[in-house]
Amino acid sequence: MAQVRIPTPLRKYTAGAEAVEAEGGTVAALVSDLDRRYPGIRERICDEKGEVRRFVNLFVNGEDIRFLKQLDTPIKAGDEVSIVPAIAGGA
Amino acid sequence: MSYVKGLRCRECGGETPVAPLHVCETCFGPLEVVYDYPAIRRVLTHELIASRPRNLWRYRELLPIEGEPHVGLHSGFTPLVRAERLGAALGVRELWVKDDSVNHPTFSYKDRVVSVAISKAIEFGFDTVSCASTGNLANSVSAHAARAGLSCYIFIPDDLEQGKVIGSTIYGPRVIAIRGNYDDVNRLCSEIADKYGWAFVNINVRPYYTEGAKTYGFEIAEQLGWRLPQHVVVPTAGGTILPKVARAFRELLDLGLATGDFKIYTAQAAGCAPVVQALHKGTDLISPVKPATIAKSIAIGNPADGYYVLKAVRESGGWGEAVTDAEIVEGIHLLARTEGIFTEPAGGTTVAVTKKLIEQGRIPRDESIVVSVTGNGYKTLEAVLDTVAQPFRIAARLADFDALYAGLNDGREASAV
Repeated sequence: MAQVRIPTPLRKYTAGAEAVEAEGGTVAALVSDLDRRYPGIRERICDEKGEVRRFVNLFVNGEDIRFLKQLDTPIKAGDEVSIVPAIAGGA
Repeated sequence: MSYVKGLRCRECGGETPVAPLHVCETCFGPLEVVYDYPAIRRVLTHELIASRPRNLWRYRELLPIEGEPHVGLHSGFTPLVRAERLGAALGVRELWVKDDSVNHPTFSYKDRVVSVAISKAIEFGFDTVSCASTGNLANSVSAHAARAGLSCYIFIPDDLEQGKVIGSTIYGPRVIAIRGNYDDVNRLCSEIADKYGWAFVNINVRPYYTEGAKTYGFEIAEQLGWRLPQHVVVPTAGGTILPKVARAFRELLDLGLATGDFKIYTAQAAGCAPVVQALHKGTDLISPVKPATIAKSIAIGNPADGYYVLKAVRESGGWGEAVTDAEIVEGIHLLARTEGIFTEPAGGTTVAVTKKLIEQGRIPRDESIVVSVTGNGYKTLEAVLDTVAQPFRIAARLADFDALYAGLNDGREASAV
């Protein structure tokens, strides 16, 4: 199982939980598992084509998956996955 | 009285009431402040603006606070300098420098956005303010929080210039340096903001914060006699200021308060140019990068508003360029030696990019150009340490100076008055 950190806008799917568990060999599989446990959450993270939405960033152990293998980034037990709204920051 | 109607998602158009919220609950798009423009049109005039103190609140109808501003009463209204000598060096007719290196109280454009963000945070009832920052924002939040008597937590990357670090700690906030780059700090802060009930100026208060950046554009227009510059070059880090300068110009045009047409250009360091790369490739998709540049204040590899920078640049018919660290340092020297303005690497970047765009023919030589200087060089001495001349060291003896002076003047005899 991997630990998944849920941002406020998605907590209505997780009964308010800040972090939940999910499994899958890749980020894509993990998102599918997340959707089985919390129906509807996938379409908030991914668009109709299955790509990660423009304003959502996914991190595996603190690294942006766009620097890894995108949705094919491997996940192993104990990994920490963060779902973070992209709109934040300013120097 | 406020003219704010609420917040609206830039992506899906979903509306939400005014609250400390920065992303759309539906699509994660950015929330933006919506104003009652017809009502503003009825009250806001050049005369009303001119009657007010010379600070950023003179445009308050177009800023998102309800009551009187709490901070920033001396922020903004920085000089727009007619840069004759820099213009001559670049071979252009009409060049201006909008100089936020002397913004009050912390010498960067951030005093604008923070004045609005903290005034709004106080309206919301927060007692603690915070930010993720490459330094300038940290300095400004620290200073304004001190003046307002708020608790303050500052998060920065652990490799910042000493001036940027001390420029925060002096005001007494808790400063946390994160082992990592700005993007790591920002990601952590998004999670902290979600958990702690603070006003993170560039996260949950971001829709109000970014509005403050419009005042940079309002002032340029006012200082040019309500005529927009034909070309304006703006640095891009997270992408806040460029779209907001464009928005400021459009608001003034729509309200009948300014005339003219503008093109806007983005400036980035070659070691961190995700937006310029996307612009040159002709795509909307911004691939994040790992920053490697001396321009630390604009070293954001994963710019929140990068997409909107592209949009604003393209809609205006502008362009963008990236320059190397060596060109950035040259830009700092050039501005200092021609105009007497000492800027940090972000300003060196805009100067160098302006030069490049002129040389490429992207910016014509006979039209009005504004170069954005958003930060102060005294905070980033490390950037130029190896490229400045060292003082001549002599004893306190006239003969020693005579000898030095003769040498400096190619052996010509020093002439006493």
